[in-house]
Amino acid sequence: MLSIEQFPLLIVVISLLSAFTILILGWLNEKLACYISIVTVLVQFVMSIFVLNHVLTIGTIHYWLGGWMPPWGIEYVIDPMSAYMLVTLLFLGLVCAIYSKRNIEHELPRKLVSFYTAYQLLIAGLCGVVVTGDIFNMFVFIEIMSISSYALIASRGKIALKASFTYLVMGSIGACFFLLGVGFLYSVTGSLNMHDLSVLLPLLYENKVVQAAFVFFIVGLAIKMALFPLHTWLPDAHAFAPAEISAMLSGIIVAVSTYAFIRVTFSVFTLKFITMYLPIFDILCWVSVIAMLYGSVLAITQTNLKRMLAYSSVANMGYIMLGVGLSTSTSLGLTPALMHILNHAVMKGCLFMVAGAFIYKADLWEIEDFRGLGRKMPYTTFAFILAALAMVGMPPSVGFVTKLYLIIACMEAGQFIFVVAIFASTLLIVYYFWRVIEYMYIRTGDKDDKEVEVDEVPVSMLIPILILGVLCFIIGIVWLIDIPLPMMDAVNSLFGLGGMS
Amino acid sequence: MIDLILAKYNYWTFIILMLIGFYAMIAKDNLIKKVIGLSIFQTAIFLFYISLGDISGGTAPIVSEEIIGKGYIYVNPLPHVLILTAIVVAVATLAVALALIIRIYEEYGTIEEEEILKIERERGTSCQ
Repeated sequence: MLSIEQFPLLIVVISLLSAFTILILGWLNEKLACYISIVTVLVQFVMSIFVLNHVLTIGTIHYWLGGWMPPWGIEYVIDPMSAYMLVTLLFLGLVCAIYSKRNIEHELPRKLVSFYTAYQLLIAGLCGVVVTGDIFNMFVFIEIMSISSYALIASRGKIALKASFTYLVMGSIGACFFLLGVGFLYSVTGSLNMHDLSVLLPLLYENKVVQAAFVFFIVGLAIKMALFPLHTWLPDAHAFAPAEISAMLSGIIVAVSTYAFIRVTFSVFTLKFITMYLPIFDILCWVSVIAMLYGSVLAITQTNLKRMLAYSSVANMGYIMLGVGLSTSTSLGLTPALMHILNHAVMKGCLFMVAGAFIYKADLWEIEDFRGLGRKMPYTTFAFILAALAMVGMPPSVGFVTKLYLIIACMEAGQFIFVVAIFASTLLIVYYFWRVIEYMYIRTGDKDDKEVEVDEVPVSMLIPILILGVLCFIIGIVWLIDIPLPMMDAVNSLFGLGGMS
Repeated sequence: MIDLILAKYNYWTFIILMLIGFYAMIAKDNLIKKVIGLSIFQTAIFLFYISLGDISGGTAPIVSEEIIGKGYIYVNPLPHVLILTAIVVAVATLAVALALIIRIYEEYGTIEEEEILKIERERGTSCQ
């Protein structure tokens, strides 16, 4: 009998099984690959909603693999934060899978089967990172996710190969540091279970090995989540991957690494360790503020839309990490950071898909070539404007909600300079999105007749774009009327955060 | 000082190997050499784990009726098992890296990073 207690494992296993099914059935009929993929992600998405409902109403789900007790066996845990991340990532995964049907047929006509196999492995890795309660298992899933994303980025060939190789080398260094951190913790505690570690570690907080392990975790995951000085792999990888993979990379893969970071800092090491023994969160705040400004400034200098969006992702990682950095000193806790993970996934997913739509239709990469697109592709550009307004932070969009919460958090922490930085980066965002919109709507090609002849993208690509564009505002309103906030409070109370108000 | 190094020689070996690998990844221009550096880096971490599990004079961790309760010492098998998994991960990474290098060679006719960048610059900002 299928019970909801088994869903943590099933969500991961279904994806792995589907990867093999796609590979086998794909030999018979290439067209099947896409449908199997969409159905699998849809099933996972529905399951994740049940899981979220169960976690919020009844409580955390624990699943013991093979029936072994936690400190010895591997345990899968879904608490409010994992459930929230699971729903977010599977939602964007589903939208990307639907979008990819026509786009991949166009971009990678001969590689449908291998694309969807790798895509399912990517989803399996992402879900695995989120559900696991075992730190070594988390390393394995991080690597499953990364290796499939290296392959997916490289799938377009040419310059993407070089981008993917750079990501591979840097990502492997990050994963190795993570593994080293796991080894250090194992050498002093003899345990790999996250909950068990959080019980055993407090006695050893003074220990240099534990502190070194923490630093290795931070550096390793900072590479994976492209935190400012270690972001160098990101722009090329995001710019040259297929559109749906760019959307997944920017919205989800980096965010899941952030999830791993939050999990390690708050669940394995606890609030006490990061506030009393190694206070790195102040440094983290400053690094994220620099990332916000640096990413936005470099986004302005780009002439290529996808590269511009990639640098904007660096800036948005700054927003998420600023939320994490401020979490220990305010009553809002992790709310702004987790909020922005969903918000960024929706906004950036939409923007990258629109960029992909331009490439699909007319191979348009450069912003200067977008003259007159506003009239040729009205719905796509409309979604672009919705998402761009959300990025800027127009109320009641998702970007506005994030900025509002971040500013409240900054005020509460007494860091007014961060508020100034948020406003400065908003101005920069207005500038670089306005430039694109200006080319799309206002500048016409009548002088040198450079306007491109295109029409709308197919419906199966247009609908995901429009859904995400509209969601930018709907989710914003949902946040503003406080519906999901009990979930965030549950996360904060789990980690002992935000109890100061 | 010498005693400190000799007493923990396994850890020093792992640190030196790791730094050799790290250097190769950063400083070498040839993509294959970068991948070799990556492998050395990963192997160093594996050695760290394996030496972690070892106990001098310990026997293989196989429990049987004859040796239970007779004061035998066992090595810890768990780090070795973990490293089996990590080796699989490393092999997968290596396979993807080598596959990428083959495709890069087909595309650019070279695997020297500088030359690839030069070819990229000559092609201009075209993203195709």
